[in-house]
Amino acid sequence: MDGKGTLYLPPPSSTIAGEVDALFYFIFYTSLVLFLIVIGAAAYFIFRYRRRDGKAELTSGISHNTKLEILWTVIPTILVFIVFVWGFKTFMKMHVAPKDALEVKATGQKWFWTFDYPNGANSLNDLVVPVGKPVRLLMSSQDVIHSFYVPDFRIKMDVLPNRYTITWFEATKTGEYQIFCTEYCGKGHSEMLGKVIVKTEVDYNTWLEQSAVDIPEGMSLEDAGAKLYQSKACVTCHSVDGRPGVAPSFKGRFGKQEQLADGQSVTVDENYLRESILNPQAKVVAGFQPVMPTYQNVLTDRQIDALIAYIKSIQ
Amino acid sequence: MNNLPEPNYLSEPKGLKSWLLTLDHKRIGLMYLFAIMFFFMVGGIFAVLLRLELLAPGKDFMEADTYNQFFTLHGAIMIFLFIIPSIPAALGNIILPLMLGAKDVAFPRLNLASWYVYVFGSLFAIFSIVTGGVDTGWTFYTPYSSSTGGSVISMTLGVFILGFSSIFTGLNFIVTIHKLRAPGLTWFKMPLFVWGLYATAIIQVLATPVLGITMVLLILERLVGIGIFDPAMGGDPVLYQHFFWFYSHPAVYIMILPGMGIISELISVFSHKKIFGYKAIAFSSLGIAFISFLVWGHHMFTSGQSELAAMMFSFLTFLVGIPSGIKVFNWIATMYRGSISLKAPMLYALSFLFLFTIGGLTGIFLGALSVDVHLHDTYFIVAHFHYVMMGGTVMAFLGGLHYWWPKIWGRMYSEKWAGISVALIFIGFNITFFTQFILGGQGMPRRYYNYLDQYQPLHAFSSVGSWILGLGFIVMAVYLIHAIFKGPLAGNNPWGALTLEWRTTSPPDPHNFDQTPEITHGMYDYDKVMIESTLK
Repeated sequence: MDGKGTLYLPPPSSTIAGEVDALFYFIFYTSLVLFLIVIGAAAYFIFRYRRRDGKAELTSGISHNTKLEILWTVIPTILVFIVFVWGFKTFMKMHVAPKDALEVKATGQKWFWTFDYPNGANSLNDLVVPVGKPVRLLMSSQDVIHSFYVPDFRIKMDVLPNRYTITWFEATKTGEYQIFCTEYCGKGHSEMLGKVIVKTEVDYNTWLEQSAVDIPEGMSLEDAGAKLYQSKACVTCHSVDGRPGVAPSFKGRFGKQEQLADGQSVTVDENYLRESILNPQAKVVAGFQPVMPTYQNVLTDRQIDALIAYIKSIQ
Repeated sequence: MNNLPEPNYLSEPKGLKSWLLTLDHKRIGLMYLFAIMFFFMVGGIFAVLLRLELLAPGKDFMEADTYNQFFTLHGAIMIFLFIIPSIPAALGNIILPLMLGAKDVAFPRLNLASWYVYVFGSLFAIFSIVTGGVDTGWTFYTPYSSSTGGSVISMTLGVFILGFSSIFTGLNFIVTIHKLRAPGLTWFKMPLFVWGLYATAIIQVLATPVLGITMVLLILERLVGIGIFDPAMGGDPVLYQHFFWFYSHPAVYIMILPGMGIISELISVFSHKKIFGYKAIAFSSLGIAFISFLVWGHHMFTSGQSELAAMMFSFLTFLVGIPSGIKVFNWIATMYRGSISLKAPMLYALSFLFLFTIGGLTGIFLGALSVDVHLHDTYFIVAHFHYVMMGGTVMAFLGGLHYWWPKIWGRMYSEKWAGISVALIFIGFNITFFTQFILGGQGMPRRYYNYLDQYQPLHAFSSVGSWILGLGFIVMAVYLIHAIFKGPLAGNNPWGALTLEWRTTSPPDPHNFDQTPEITHGMYDYDKVMIESTLK
C-alpha cells in the first residue's frame, strides 16, 4: 500500500489504509454519479419546462409512477447495504489486533502523549515503532477525553479516563506520521501533537535499548537536557526565547526572583526547579494557570538533573 | 392606492402592550422571527470572527481561550437559539393556522408563554457570554464540561429552559393540526409543510425532555458532584454522550423536517405542478421521525462503544437516509412537465436541492464505519453538517421567508436584489464549506485554534468564502427591510398558489379569515385550478 495521496486523502501508510480508501472512493464515485443524475435532471427540467412570457399555465396532473418509485427506493437501498457491509468488515479488522502485535501503552493528558514500551523505555509525543510489524496501543487518559488520530494510517480512537481503549496499526513505510488529538480537550487541544516515527527493525531496536538508559554515555547533562526539553514536551508550553506562552519562558529564568500566584516570592534555584517538575502546582508563578502535569515517574533523577542543567544554560 | 388592506394584524390593535400580551399567532410568530434573526446575526458574527482567526496558523488576533469560547457560542447560539425555533416557532407559527384555515393555534396563551420562555432562556445564554463565556463546545462533553471554568451552568440552564419553549410549540402544533383543520381539509389533503411540522412536533415533544434531564444532571455534576459522569466516583463520561445524542440526533430532524416541508411547497408552487408522490413525502417525514430515535450512536463510532452497537447504529443510519433520498427524487419529478418560474423562493429551493444532496451523500461516508473512523471529528464533519443544516435548513428557511414575506408584510421585495443575494450566498457557502471536505479528508481536526502549515491555503480560501457569505446576508437584510416600508403591494396571492394562506389578505386580518375557507380543490391541483398572480 504505498500509494500516493489524493486531493481528498493523505498518502495511505498502514496496512488498513488501502481498504478504507477503496471504500471511500467507491462511495465517492457512486455519489458523484447520483449527484450528477439528480442535478442534471433538475437543470434539464428547469430549462425544458421554463415558464414562458412569465405566464403560468395548467400543467400535467401526473403524480405517481409506481415502477419509477420502486426503482428509486430499491437501488439506493442496495447501494447503501453494500457500503454498510463493506464498512463493517474493515471496521472489525481495525478492532481486532493480530496476536503477535507489539504492545505499547499510550497515555493522553492535557496536552501531550506518553508512550511506554515493554522494556521500560518511555517517550513523549513521539511514538517510535518498527516498520512492517503490527503495533497494538492500549490507551487511557489522565484527565478528560482525548482521541488518538493518525490520518496517514486512517486510525482514530477516543482515549478515556475510566477505561482502556485499543487501536492497532501496521506501518508500511519508514518515516514520520502526524498524530493529532481529535477530541476537544481545552486550551492546548490544537497543540497536542505528536509523531509516529516508523524505523527499520534494526534502528527501532537500537533506539529501544538506548532509551531504556537514562542518558546516553558520553553526552553532557546540558545536551541531554536540551534533548529532553524537546522529547518530554516541555517545549509545548515553555519557550527558550523569552516569548511567554502557556507557561513562563526558560530564558533568563534561573537565579531570578519570581512573584507567585499566592503573593509570596521565590528564588528560581535548583530546588525550586526540581519541585516544580515533580509537584508543579506547589508554587505557580503569578499570571499563569496551574495546568502543568507532574513528571513524577516520568523522569528519572538523572534526567531531572539534565533538565535543570539545561535550564541554567539558557541565559 | 398604496395602502395595506385594513384591518390587518400588524396595525390592529395598536400599542406596545398589545404586542407584548398578544395572543395572535401571527404576532407571536413575528416576535419569534425578530428574536431568531437577532441571534442568527450574533452567531454569524462569531462565525466570521472564527474564520478570520483561521486565516493563518497561530495567533492572528485572538487567544486560544477566546477562540474556544467563540466556537462554543457560535454552535450553541445557532443550534438552540436559531435553527431549532427558526422554521417551526417563527414561520410555522405565522403560517400553520392560516394553512389550516384556522383562526389561531389551539392554545394561544401557551403559544405566548413559549415565546417568553424562549426569551427567558436566551437571557441565561447571554449571561454566559457576558460573564466569562463557555469553552466546552456546544456538545458540553463530560468530563471536560464538568471540570472546566466559565459559565457552563448558566448556559446549560439556558438550554434546559429553551427546551420547554420547544416542547410548548410542539404540543401546540400537534393539537392544532389534529383539531383545527378547516372542514374538508382531511389528513391527506393537508399541505406537506403541515406534515413536516407535525413530524417535527412529535420529535420535539418526545426527545426534548431527555436533553432537559441531561442538562440537569450536568448541572448537578458541577454543583454538588453527584458523580454520574465522573470516573473518579464510578461514573461514566461516555454515558453523557449517549444521553446527549439521544436528543441531539433527533434534534437534527427537528431542524431539517420542517425545511423539507417548505421545499415541497416551493417546488410545487414555482413549478406550477402537482406535487409528485404526496403520500411518499408525507410518510417519509413520519418514517424519518421514528427512525431518528434509533441512530444516535453514529456520533460515537470512535468512542469505545461495542462493535455490535456500532454495527446496529451504522445499519439504522443508512436506513434513515433512504426516505431523505426519496424526497429528493420526488421533488425533481415534480418539476417534470411543470411551468417553472425562477423567482427568489425557487432559487432558494434549488440551492437547497443542490446543497442538501451534497450534505446527504457525504453522510454516507460518515455512516460507513471504517471510513468514519478516518473522518470523525475532522473538518469533513464540519462541512457535512453545514451542508445539511445551513445548505439544507437555512436555505429552506430563507426560501420560506421570501415566499411568505409578502404575506407577512403585504409588500414585495426587489427580485433583482434577491437574485444577487442568493447568488452571493450560494457561491460564498460553497467556497467556505466545500473546501472543508478536502481539509477534513486530509486529516485536519475540528475545534483547532492552531493548525499545521500544510492546511493554510485551504483555510484561507474557506475564510474568503465566509466574507462573500456575510455580504450576501447584509444585502438580504437591506432589501427585505426596505420592502417592509417601500415595497410594492403584493396582493392576496402574488404567486398564484393554492394553499389556504393565500386566500386571505396580505397582511392577514387579525382573525385570519372573514369566514372559514371552503375546500373546493386540492392544495396542489395545478392541473385543474388556475389562479392569477395578484402582483402587478
